[in-house]
Amino acid sequence: MADSAAPARPRKLFSDKDKSVVNPTYLQLKNLSVGYGGHAVIHDINIDIAKGEIVALIGPNGAGKSTILKSITRQLKIVGGQVLFDGQDLTKMSFRDLSSRMAVVLTDRLHPELMTCHDIVATGRYPYTGRLGVLTRDDEDKVDEAMAAVDAASLGARDFNSISDGQKQRVLLARALCQEPDVIILDEPTSFLDIRYKLDLLSILRSMAKDNGITVITSLHEIDLAMKVADKIVCVEGDTIYRCGAPEAIFEEGLIRDMYDIRNGSFDSLFGSIELPAPAGEPRTMVLSTSGNGIREYRRLQKLGIPFIAGVVYKNDTDYRLAQALATEVIAEEPFQPISNGVYQQALEAMGRCDTVIDAGCDIGPINARVADLLAEAERQGKLERR
Amino acid sequence: MAKREQQLAEEEASGETALSSYHHEAFKRRTRYLVVFIGLIAAFFAMAVINIRSGDMNVSGSEIWNILIGKVTSGSTYDVIHKIRLPRILMAAILGGALSVSGFLLQTFFDNPIAGPFVLGISDGARMVVAIVMVLSISAVGFAPSWALVIAAFAGSLLATGFILLISRRVHNMAILLVAGLMVGYICKAATDFILTFAADNDIVNLRNWTLGSFSGNSWENVVAAAVLVGVAMLFTILLSKPIGAYQLGESYAQSMGVNIKSFRVILILLSSILSGTVTAFAGPISFVGIAVPFLIKRALGTSKPLVVIPATFLGGTAFCMMCDLIARLAFAPTELNISTVTAVFGAPVVIFMMLMRRTGRY
Repeated sequence: MADSAAPARPRKLFSDKDKSVVNPTYLQLKNLSVGYGGHAVIHDINIDIAKGEIVALIGPNGAGKSTILKSITRQLKIVGGQVLFDGQDLTKMSFRDLSSRMAVVLTDRLHPELMTCHDIVATGRYPYTGRLGVLTRDDEDKVDEAMAAVDAASLGARDFNSISDGQKQRVLLARALCQEPDVIILDEPTSFLDIRYKLDLLSILRSMAKDNGITVITSLHEIDLAMKVADKIVCVEGDTIYRCGAPEAIFEEGLIRDMYDIRNGSFDSLFGSIELPAPAGEPRTMVLSTSGNGIREYRRLQKLGIPFIAGVVYKNDTDYRLAQALATEVIAEEPFQPISNGVYQQALEAMGRCDTVIDAGCDIGPINARVADLLAEAERQGKLERR
Repeated sequence: MAKREQQLAEEEASGETALSSYHHEAFKRRTRYLVVFIGLIAAFFAMAVINIRSGDMNVSGSEIWNILIGKVTSGSTYDVIHKIRLPRILMAAILGGALSVSGFLLQTFFDNPIAGPFVLGISDGARMVVAIVMVLSISAVGFAPSWALVIAAFAGSLLATGFILLISRRVHNMAILLVAGLMVGYICKAATDFILTFAADNDIVNLRNWTLGSFSGNSWENVVAAAVLVGVAMLFTILLSKPIGAYQLGESYAQSMGVNIKSFRVILILLSSILSGTVTAFAGPISFVGIAVPFLIKRALGTSKPLVVIPATFLGGTAFCMMCDLIARLAFAPTELNISTVTAVFGAPVVIFMMLMRRTGRY
């Protein structure tokens, strides 16, 4: 579809905003306790957020990500502690003041009556219009600019209820942009979106933060996306903040595993992908592969529930990363080394235990020439299957 | 589906033209608003003219004109036009508009297009308190001043609305809210009947007539009182159209735009209660106008922008109630119909149509 075409970014949005002021912490959560009806669900929240930073809140369902966001947007009363905007206490600001600094994209599904997308975006001008809310020429321009920034310029005249979820989310983001805030708060913005719209949305967020200095605070379901888009990750779990910091520091396999209580599968912290658990049982199948050729075969076997041994793979091969998650046994060699006797013997021994040896595609060169020997041996034993 | 996507793709590919086509769209919209407003004003005058000319007594156009501009100030035609027809027409106009706008405010408040003062039992609540005040004040001082009835109606509206609010806090289901409204209405109706049963005979004639709903029998004093109340409430409502527009996106969004939700909600309910209370005080409960008129007006305008919809709804309600009153007077003359009988005939099908549209998801 045409709207997947590369957007005209980076765009200059609202260049009248002063971006030169570098404030190390723009938004500060200080000993914050949040919850419902005066009861703290999460306490001791201490997070410093700089201008133009993207902060992602991750954590299991029901952990309280939304509760934190709703407290920052003042939909919920803060139970204890403070939220400071540029040093100013949130609870002492008027809703009006706050509205010109902070905009929101919420999970509430909107079903407005007879409103075009332009109308929806234009509501973002609310803090700036007069008593009766009539848009000036300048306001109209800001609306158009915001819609163009999220690639929704063509949606203006369409009824909001008639567009797709992905388009709706972009229109709501344009609405938030149009409010010219310093901070945009998003609650699960990717929930109803397919993968393409997720990528669109996140790249828009990224350029908003980097090009326009808008601070973005969002909750995200997808830890892999959080890792790729955020500057800071806040892990919410139990009744407190489990961990908070740069994505590199957060994404260790064990941490994600613990936080989400993953017992059934694994999480690749390098790529942020999740895998189902390896098939259980004594392996009677061996897969020989190099250069990522084995991946498809590993997944096929995993789905069939057949335990397997992953054949001689180098530790810098993509096959190796996945084999660690899915194979019962991995026979591996150090990168760029010829296959040693020890590893070769190990492979032969493993082959002996197997009924089938699958050749999933092997690129053979001078240093891994012995893979060819293994294949020949499998052929001789009558166990070889090619895929 | 594929065709639609292709169409979308084409539209999006031509982003620049689509953008300018939006501004073309804005122009089209403004023209549409203008046409609707001219139509409504024309309907208002047409209804006023037809209304003032029809009735048992045939009065010529020039005679009416002379009475209106104050040249003729006595005689039987003067009495018919000045004391009977004119107050009635004005009452139908003012109260019809007030009722429709009150419906629009309640629909905004409850985020439910089928909400309205009659359906939610608010009119019945007002009627109950008015009946109590009427019976008490007639038995105490021999008459019931209109200001007391207005205050009673306002209090009754607030009482019923408060009750509905309590329920809506607990359940967020639209259908249940409406059922609750119906039940509130029945309870208030029963209480009213109870009061009437024990009221003195000569009060009852007066009360019975009023409890069924009618624009007739209002003095000029009442017309002025209604005009002032409705006028002031309308002014505030129009001034409130900006936050109402924000509220249409839901409470959370409205708050994020800087609306103080708590005070906004209170003001909205007060305004809607003043409007519907005034109607009930002077004309009794009138069905369906509060739902049907805002719905039809929004369709006609093709928008729900409060700044446009509120005045148009007022005008629409004005013309609609004048038409219904005309039918109530003339359809089976000399027998007069209740105004609610006529408004229901026109209004109920609109509500059914609305619900069907909701079902099929087109709404």
